[in-house]
Amino acid sequence: MSSTGEKFLVGIFDDEDILLHGVEGVRDKGVKIHEVYTPFPVHGLDEVLGYKRSRLPIAAFLFGLAGTILALTMQIWMLGFDWPMIIGGKNFVSLPPFIPVTFELTVLLSALGMVATFFIVSDMKPYKTPRSYDLRSTDDKHVMAIDLAANKLSKEEIGQILKANGASEVNEKNF
Amino acid sequence: MAADEQYIFKPEAKKKISILFGIGILLFVLGVIMAMNSGGHHEGGDHGSIEVTKNLVASTNPDASPAEEGGHHGSPVWLKRIYTSLWHNNIFFIGIGIIGLFFVAIQYAAQAGWSTPINRIPLAMGQWIPVAGVLTLVIWFVAKGDLFHWTHHDLYDPQSADYDKILDQKSVYFFWLGSKGGFPTFYILRMVAFFGLWYWFFIMIKKQMLAEDIEGGTQYWYSARKLSAVFLVIFAVSSSVAAWDWVMSIDPHWFSTMFGWYVFASWWVTGLAVITLIVVYLKDAGYLKMVNANHLHDLGKFIFAFSIFWTYIWFSQFMLIYYANIPEETVYFIERMKHSPYSWIFYANLVLNFVLPFLLFMTRDSKRHMSMLKVVCPIIIVGHWFDFYNMVTPGIMQYNGGVGLLEIGLALIFFALFLWVALGALSKMPLVAKNHPMMEESLNHHI
Repeated sequence: MSSTGEKFLVGIFDDEDILLHGVEGVRDKGVKIHEVYTPFPVHGLDEVLGYKRSRLPIAAFLFGLAGTILALTMQIWMLGFDWPMIIGGKNFVSLPPFIPVTFELTVLLSALGMVATFFIVSDMKPYKTPRSYDLRSTDDKHVMAIDLAANKLSKEEIGQILKANGASEVNEKNF
Repeated sequence: MAADEQYIFKPEAKKKISILFGIGILLFVLGVIMAMNSGGHHEGGDHGSIEVTKNLVASTNPDASPAEEGGHHGSPVWLKRIYTSLWHNNIFFIGIGIIGLFFVAIQYAAQAGWSTPINRIPLAMGQWIPVAGVLTLVIWFVAKGDLFHWTHHDLYDPQSADYDKILDQKSVYFFWLGSKGGFPTFYILRMVAFFGLWYWFFIMIKKQMLAEDIEGGTQYWYSARKLSAVFLVIFAVSSSVAAWDWVMSIDPHWFSTMFGWYVFASWWVTGLAVITLIVVYLKDAGYLKMVNANHLHDLGKFIFAFSIFWTYIWFSQFMLIYYANIPEETVYFIERMKHSPYSWIFYANLVLNFVLPFLLFMTRDSKRHMSMLKVVCPIIIVGHWFDFYNMVTPGIMQYNGGVGLLEIGLALIFFALFLWVALGALSKMPLVAKNHPMMEESLNHHI
């Protein structure tokens, strides 16, 4: 794998309570945290990291709306204009029988659109090698990655801040 | 841990409810005077179309000649309208009361923790059950001849000109244990049994909950859960049968297999809106300090989800009847879609109970803010009041139905009585279940 030249400082935390306080302490010192990896969901972590709520629901609504419009125009065009058929003596364009299809397409496009949006936003794509800052983040350690290029403080200063805020070890990781 | 809290039914609140009651009486009396002076049948419109559509009424025998109608429905139009409105409001508020108990039972059966601080409000709403039981029996016996076409004995007499073969075949469902066209023993037994069972479970579950406040421990929670589980099974059957008995039998020729669910869905979402509204107003008055945006969010999600559930049931019922296009089934919707005021209520029903809650409650913030809950909950309560109006009225009033001061006045009277009973019951018990085993969980509820 070719090097990108990105340098990270990686703090290892043993316990989620220490991690939560550590994140707060590190951010108070003005250090920008790149990402935190935990072996299990830690409640309240996104709040102390200061993450805004995801805008995924807005995407879901818009995709759903697209599904509704697609389904209605498709059925009205097909059964009303392109190839009118008499079904059960109803009008060519009668709304009630269209509703189940409209509902299904709304749900389908909303769900698929949400998945696609999430994958694109999270930069998950085929043949992408996932980065691991420390393999133990899949086992029993909480891992805090700090991008040195995004911070003004030096490597040593950040390392001291991490240690002071409960990190059991501080490693360097270059990609 | 949770602090003690006690709701006090203050004189100011009593005064407000009394004023509401007074306005209700005033509007009702005005409405009755107006209805009496309007003089019987509506003469407006073209007579021809009414004669043609007369045969399309699901409640009466399609073969009977229009002249027969006068003999059956003895009471003058204004009195019938009062009976209809009484029955309509009574059915609507039975639902709100029984949903109080149903909500509590669901919380126990699902071992829910989040709802602990608000559970006393639905419990207090259950106090309406005995009142509703008495009202139902009284209104039924006073108004049965006008409300329920099937109670007329000559429908079951093969010699009579009014003989109705279809109802004769269905007669066992009403008159079992007695004679056809006589006293509907089976029907009345069911009515009494349902209210009796509901009230018994209400008393038993309430007893466990209040004993827990004093003595603590988990044994009361376990016994309440056991009672709740049994109640839910009984309620699943009784709510459906009650819907057939009290609402669907107004149109005895017509039937829908979705009807039990439909009435339940309408009751349930109304009950949720009432619970939420009472929680919001109690919080405004400084009570329920441990209820925060997360609990409101859960209530809002309940309302949002079950508004969609109601729409799903509504559509499932409508769609099948529309598509199959069997005359004896479609009459029900033709009555409601082609004739004012039922027609505009029919469409407004979908806007008030689906479109508005769906769009207004879609975002997370709208469910977490009391100001939005105060907008959507009343919309749903009014919307489902109209939903029940369209279930009850067309079958009884046929083309003489109306929504005026009479109906609004009676709704306000019922609403004031309901609030009086529910808030009175709430003031007689601790507002906080301080010894509930899941109180701590609920205090830390976070979504």
